Amino acid sequence: MPDLLIELFSEEIPARMQAQACADLKKRVTDGLVEAGLTYASAAAFSTPRRLALSVEDLTAESRAVREERKGPKVGAPDKAVEGFARGAGVEVSALEVRDDKKGQVYFAVIERPGRTAEEIVAEVLEATIRNFPWPKSMRWGAGSLRWVRPLHSILCLLTDEEGARTVPLEVDGIAAGRETRGHRFMAPDAFSVNSFEDYEAKLKRAKVMLRAEERADMIWNEATNQAFALGLEVVEDRGLLAEVAGLVEWPVVLLGRIDNQFLDLPPEVLQTSMKEHQKFFSVRNPKTGRIERFVTVANIETADDGATILGGNQKVLSARLADAKFFWDNDLRVAREGMGPWLESLSEVTFHNKLGSQRDRIERIAALARELAPVTGADAIEAEEAARLAKADLSSEMVYEFPELQGLMGRYYAAEAGKSDAVAAAAQEHYQPLGPSDAVPTSPVSVTVALADKLDTLTGFWAIDEKPTGSKDPFALRRAALGVIRLVLENDLKLSLNEYFHSSFWWLLNEGRGNWFEEEPKVTELTSGDVEKQVFSVRAESLLTFFHDRLKVYLRDQGIRHDVIDACIAMPGNDDLALLVRRAKALQATLETDDGENLIQGFKRANNILTQAEEKDGVEYSFGADRKFAEEGAEVALFDALDAAQAEIDPAMAEQDFGTAMTAMAELRGPIDRFFTDVQVNAESTVVRRNRLNLLSRIRTICLSVADLTRLDG
Amino acid sequence: MTGKPRSFQQIILALQGYWAEQGCAMMQPYDMEVGAGTFHPATTLRALGPNPWAAAYVQPSRRPTDGRYGENPNRLQHYYQYQVIIKPSPPDLQELYLGSLRAIGIDAALHDIRFVEDDWESPTLGAWGLGWEVWCDGMEVSQFTYFQQVGGHDCRPVSGELTYGLERLAMYVLGVDHVMDMPFNDPDAPIALTYGDVFRQTEQEYARWNFDVADTDTLLQHFKDAEAECARILDQVDTDPKTDRHIVMAHPAYDQAIKASHLFNLLDARGVISVTERQAYIGRVRALSKACADAFLRTAAGGHSPA
Repeated sequence: MPDLLIELFSEEIPARMQAQACADLKKRVTDGLVEAGLTYASAAAFSTPRRLALSVEDLTAESRAVREERKGPKVGAPDKAVEGFARGAGVEVSALEVRDDKKGQVYFAVIERPGRTAEEIVAEVLEATIRNFPWPKSMRWGAGSLRWVRPLHSILCLLTDEEGARTVPLEVDGIAAGRETRGHRFMAPDAFSVNSFEDYEAKLKRAKVMLRAEERADMIWNEATNQAFALGLEVVEDRGLLAEVAGLVEWPVVLLGRIDNQFLDLPPEVLQTSMKEHQKFFSVRNPKTGRIERFVTVANIETADDGATILGGNQKVLSARLADAKFFWDNDLRVAREGMGPWLESLSEVTFHNKLGSQRDRIERIAALARELAPVTGADAIEAEEAARLAKADLSSEMVYEFPELQGLMGRYYAAEAGKSDAVAAAAQEHYQPLGPSDAVPTSPVSVTVALADKLDTLTGFWAIDEKPTGSKDPFALRRAALGVIRLVLENDLKLSLNEYFHSSFWWLLNEGRGNWFEEEPKVTELTSGDVEKQVFSVRAESLLTFFHDRLKVYLRDQGIRHDVIDACIAMPGNDDLALLVRRAKALQATLETDDGENLIQGFKRANNILTQAEEKDGVEYSFGADRKFAEEGAEVALFDALDAAQAEIDPAMAEQDFGTAMTAMAELRGPIDRFFTDVQVNAESTVVRRNRLNLLSRIRTICLSVADLTRLDG
Repeated sequence: MTGKPRSFQQIILALQGYWAEQGCAMMQPYDMEVGAGTFHPATTLRALGPNPWAAAYVQPSRRPTDGRYGENPNRLQHYYQYQVIIKPSPPDLQELYLGSLRAIGIDAALHDIRFVEDDWESPTLGAWGLGWEVWCDGMEVSQFTYFQQVGGHDCRPVSGELTYGLERLAMYVLGVDHVMDMPFNDPDAPIALTYGDVFRQTEQEYARWNFDVADTDTLLQHFKDAEAECARILDQVDTDPKTDRHIVMAHPAYDQAIKASHLFNLLDARGVISVTERQAYIGRVRALSKACADAFLRTAAGGHSPA
């Protein structure tokens, strides 16, 4: 059985696209081969900056012949139908066979597909793969129409078996497949031919190309850490950078360089970011001081001077870059030490959103919100407000202008330099968090306060101007902001009614003249009293709260809480207090997982159904007045006792929001309710007895519904 | 060229010689203020349409916001770009490019030359392409782009464009740390001049004018005038009533687009364009570029053949 080797040789493929391209090449080719009736033992794909390669082992030499019979229309059916059938089956009408069927004579098509050679199939599949390759961005070049990530130069396509290697005949836009490839662009540029994958990989290595990205990455990492270790230093781990650098070289040569002394006092993050973003250097740290003292660069060539020229050039470029960074840092420190005034002022010229004003306007709102939130988060209100006012100051700094990814972190440095408290400085960095579902949630009260205020202002702002996320469109990351609020509240166990803050926020926005509040109600053209606003605010607040509930459902589903359980709890009052809502949902879920709980729900539903039907039929509401003196059966009396006992436990527990105790007490009703339904006929002959029993069911309903809206549970 | 280059101009001359040898038309700088070599109609307009094209030229370029009064080691408000454009892009364009580095004394066996992803986009030209920035020992020395669209039109065939930042490249080759210290002509010439001798004073003059003195009302009026004139030119019928010839005035109109673009840069340097307005201005210049591209395609150079 032959092995297949494919190489697509092109101009430099962006590093970030290589891994996915490998996966796509492997999948598209092997799927195509299998679909065409071939099988194979294993396949592996490889990439370097200039090539994608695929090796498939033990491919079947040809696909099997296939014979298929297809039943068609009856003899005598309209010609069109017969012709259509023949066309669909790919045979001539004259070739159709007539056979006897249960219901008479019927046309049959016999489709014979002869086996095809692997060559034919590979050529077809590879051409389709090249033409339809899912590059994130592709281009044309020269006068051709083929699209590839960068100009494609050659195609190597080889089948190798005991008899030797043969080229698969194939041509794509004038590029004929062959068995030749090239080595390193500078060290071994000549073409050479190969006759198997082993031969290919070995010859590439002789031609200074390491085919495997992992091998290049391992080599870089080992060499870098060894060189650093020899100096008593360590390389700062960065897997993303390692993968990227491994995708930029065919023959990695690791060079360790110095950072000029005058830059060593820059914050380590600044050195790291500058070196990584601009130069793709690894940072090398002194483990004793934590300072970044050296760098590692990876060249793509071995030179006669052992990389001295290359390293010298890189050091020079780095010095120029760091001179910029130092210039920014020194300028920024001057502003920071004087209290950051000019930055705060210039934020009024930075538009946050044209309908929501400048960053400065936003900061005012966040500060006001922070002050209101402080009692709930346990932060000092004055400190929280100050932190909110300073949290975005670094957006105007030169360093953040140059390196936007350092926002927050620089704010922390600068706030500290300005003599602010640790809590205020930390908030400048931490208030952006959590940035995603796996990012850490701040815990220090000031940071929590500003983080909440920032996110709540964003959400209420966009709700005020009526720009909510739709479908997959969420350009302002509002879903992430809502999830951030949810996690901040839950992970810090904060008791806070979201609605209150929605309304405060809406008021501030309205007072600043922002928001399109009255478009929904064109009749309201003038503000006559606060009631109108309250009404409009309530509509928006409700919509925003629903948005929160939707995010909460996703969040809790990942924690194994059923969506109907959440619905049952959202239907209860106080649903804008997320911590309360979640405690209720967790207690309910726990109750449902017990045998009693599960059966109680059935009992409740039965009681509720009987009651609802009776109420509909009788046109009255049985909501009051079950009287023990009309109880005739033992089970009936027992239920009275049980309900009294349960109520005595549930009411105080609910007052304390102790859902666990309340639900346990509720679950204990399961026995008495079951017995009641077994022993007692609700529709008694006596109207008085019947009415009393229905009123008793109503007590079950009232007690159960006081805990959660059980009618919303599935099953 | 024999030996390493010794001056800025020698590097320019070496590039000229090299690309002339490769068969490019040696064009001269465009006689207008532009932000980059790409704005030269020899690139922007000639990249459009089916006709083959090969040209190379130095283009003095102006970026008012980059002015630093001649003090920054490598930031200038006026600098030179070397621009090469070949349509259709030849299959060995990368090799040709590496040959040009050899011609200015960069030995590929001693340096680390790399093609690092960098997609090019010019919002004011409505143009984009894919390619790389070329690194030499970690420094960006050129931009290498395969044009995909210009003025909103697909490029068929595709042009290959090379842009060299001449000062930076020369500083590296010559081993100079501050641009103003770079020998402009041969350091042993009877009257040896540095880059600073030639340009320090003008950098100061323009920095002052760009940042503080340029009259913004006038600039704004000029912007509006250029915009209006561009539209007016393009509104004319394709057939000249006087000569009865098919004369679409794509180039005169494009001159106005270039003007508007530079005026926008000046306004930007004066700090009178807010973040939100920025996008609107860029959109206005792009609209002009697109209209000029449309017009160029109705000219002979743009592939229009008389019906």
